[in-house]
Amino acid sequence: MVDKPIKGEKRYFVTGNEVVAWAALAAGAEIMYGYPITPQNEVMHYWTRLAPKYNRKFLQTEDEISAGFATCGGVLSGARAFTATAGPGNTLMQESMSMAEMMKIPTVVVVQQRGGPSTATVIYSQQEVTMTCFGANGEGLRVVYSTGSHQELYDYTIKAFNTAWKYRIPTFVLGDGYQAKMRESLVMYDPEERGIKMVPTEKIVGKEGMPGVEREPSHLRNTYNTEDELYDVVEKLVRDFWQAAPEIVEHQEFDCQDAEIIVVAHGVVTRAAQAAVKELRAQGKKIGHFRPVTLRPFPREAMKKAIANAKELIVVESAEGQLDKIVKAEIYGCSKPITGYFKPGVGITAEEIVEFINKRG
Amino acid sequence: MALAPNMPKSWRAETKPHKFCPGCGHGLVLKALGECIDELGIQDRVVFGCDIGCSLLSWDFFNTDSIQTHHGRTTPVLTGVKRARPDRICIAYMGDGGGYAIGSQHLVNAASRNEKITTILVNNCNYGMTGGQMAPTSLPGMKTETTPYGRDVELTGNPTQGPEMVAAITPEGAYVARGTIANLRQLRKMIKKALETQINGTGFSFVEALSACPTNWRTNAKDTLHFVEKEMTKYFKVGELKVPGEKEGK
Ligand SMILES: Cc1ncc(C[n+]2csc(CCOP(=O)(O)OP(=O)(O)O)c2C)c(N)n1
Ligand code: SF4
Ligand SMILES: [Mg+2]
Repeated sequence: MVDKPIKGEKRYFVTGNEVVAWAALAAGAEIMYGYPITPQNEVMHYWTRLAPKYNRKFLQTEDEISAGFATCGGVLSGARAFTATAGPGNTLMQESMSMAEMMKIPTVVVVQQRGGPSTATVIYSQQEVTMTCFGANGEGLRVVYSTGSHQELYDYTIKAFNTAWKYRIPTFVLGDGYQAKMRESLVMYDPEERGIKMVPTEKIVGKEGMPGVEREPSHLRNTYNTEDELYDVVEKLVRDFWQAAPEIVEHQEFDCQDAEIIVVAHGVVTRAAQAAVKELRAQGKKIGHFRPVTLRPFPREAMKKAIANAKELIVVESAEGQLDKIVKAEIYGCSKPITGYFKPGVGITAEEIVEFINKRG
Repeated sequence: MALAPNMPKSWRAETKPHKFCPGCGHGLVLKALGECIDELGIQDRVVFGCDIGCSLLSWDFFNTDSIQTHHGRTTPVLTGVKRARPDRICIAYMGDGGGYAIGSQHLVNAASRNEKITTILVNNCNYGMTGGQMAPTSLPGMKTETTPYGRDVELTGNPTQGPEMVAAITPEGAYVARGTIANLRQLRKMIKKALETQINGTGFSFVEALSACPTNWRTNAKDTLHFVEKEMTKYFKVGELKVPGEKEGK
């Protein structure tokens, strides 16, 4: 028996990519498939250094198409498997994730967003929101956790495996290059010791027993012959997804109760938004902040409640309105004005948000 | 339904008769594969993966666990299974478009890494499922839907020599062969050796099968066989290219 990677609770001061590797280890991930891309590389670097010590495996594939599909294969064979990527790699991985959506393959993908469109920067953005939530020819039947700190990278990487396997939905941890590369302190722990039970995996293919004799064979497909046949399948996928959604959605609220203006932000930008709210409150302004943690499914009801008394919403994001578009669709019917503060591929500070709001009087 | 007397044990009777066109080579290749699975007694260990292309029709063909994947992506899916569960016998089944065009990077890299999986590729000189377009394997001068005046090798290159390429990039221990539905006994032997290579864990195994697509070739039975036996073999030499433990090029 190899030792558990993490025993007891320990405080660390490390980069986000290292956090992801440790979290996957602590969650009992058996194998990672990956292809180099910045700013995700160190997830693989740490994983490949740690994995052999704990009897875990790694395969460097020829591209992200292969990494995504190999992850599907690993998961189907019953392994808690994952991959990590960013930007153009995320683009290539969407093909396999549409297969995961269709065939209910509980894959886990960690995305460290980098600038876009195209190759852009290797640094940072929130421009992979639309793609991660709705990529490929699908219906967006995925779970997307948008993290804002190293602690959350750890917590939600562990949680992603459980959500994926519990609901059989492909699950994404949406980080970014800032979180990936910066050092920050967090507490690592063994999930079981904290009472977090890891959802057991199951062999979806490669089961025991003679197929056709002792058991039915697993025959998995993604192609259908008629519209009606497909409709039945997709309708069930959609039904399952929305049935699970209320149990999956997560959000945070800061001073929304009596706020006149509510800042909506996700991921690492929540930190600027939280600080801006503090500052503006100190100046006597009635400002609040709503943060969706799950971008998909979106915490729609919670948001509607949180903004009920507000006069105006300001969506702040490091993208040209990708969160904004989701918010507008989710709170359809809300007549409050919504203003955007968009900085595609650029970080956002609390001071900017304060200034933006103060300038508007 | 009563089992036809010559149906391999590992075939799933409930899904027969199969849905390939009359005279199609896919059924013959899958029969040879079924017989090998039976002979080797590995039915309960096989994970079978099929591509998109006419091979997709085989998703429920065998009494084995089976995964229908995407066009060109069967190799990485089965690689993923094998890496996570090395005790499984992983078989990736695909067409020439899937293996040599859209999925060629996966074939090349799985071969280079010497993945311990078995790839069986059906060469029918065209994209069958989508209605007969040019494939990497279409013969020079061959008329297809996208080369209506015949394949011009100046513009589109020469037919892909798959097994030759795979043999060139795999290390000793791999198995590489080209068989044909015109010689099923030999094809069966090749597939069996390929599977044995995987079972023994010595390397990647790859069998291309020269096959027939009478529907898109618009050929009758006689012309179909003539095309496979006489036309295709002008470019595609049938035989073993690499056998574990044997010197190459003998
Ligand atoms: C990404 C993608 N591109 C294109 C297609 C359309 N498509 C389906 S089957 C096929 C060609 C199949 O040809 P081949 O692999 O030679 O198999 P065959 O049908 O000849 O056995 C194509 C292009 C697809 N399914 N996916
Ligand atoms: S189209 Fe060609 S390859 Fe496809 S089933 Fe018919 S004969 Fe076979
Ligand atoms: Mg073909």
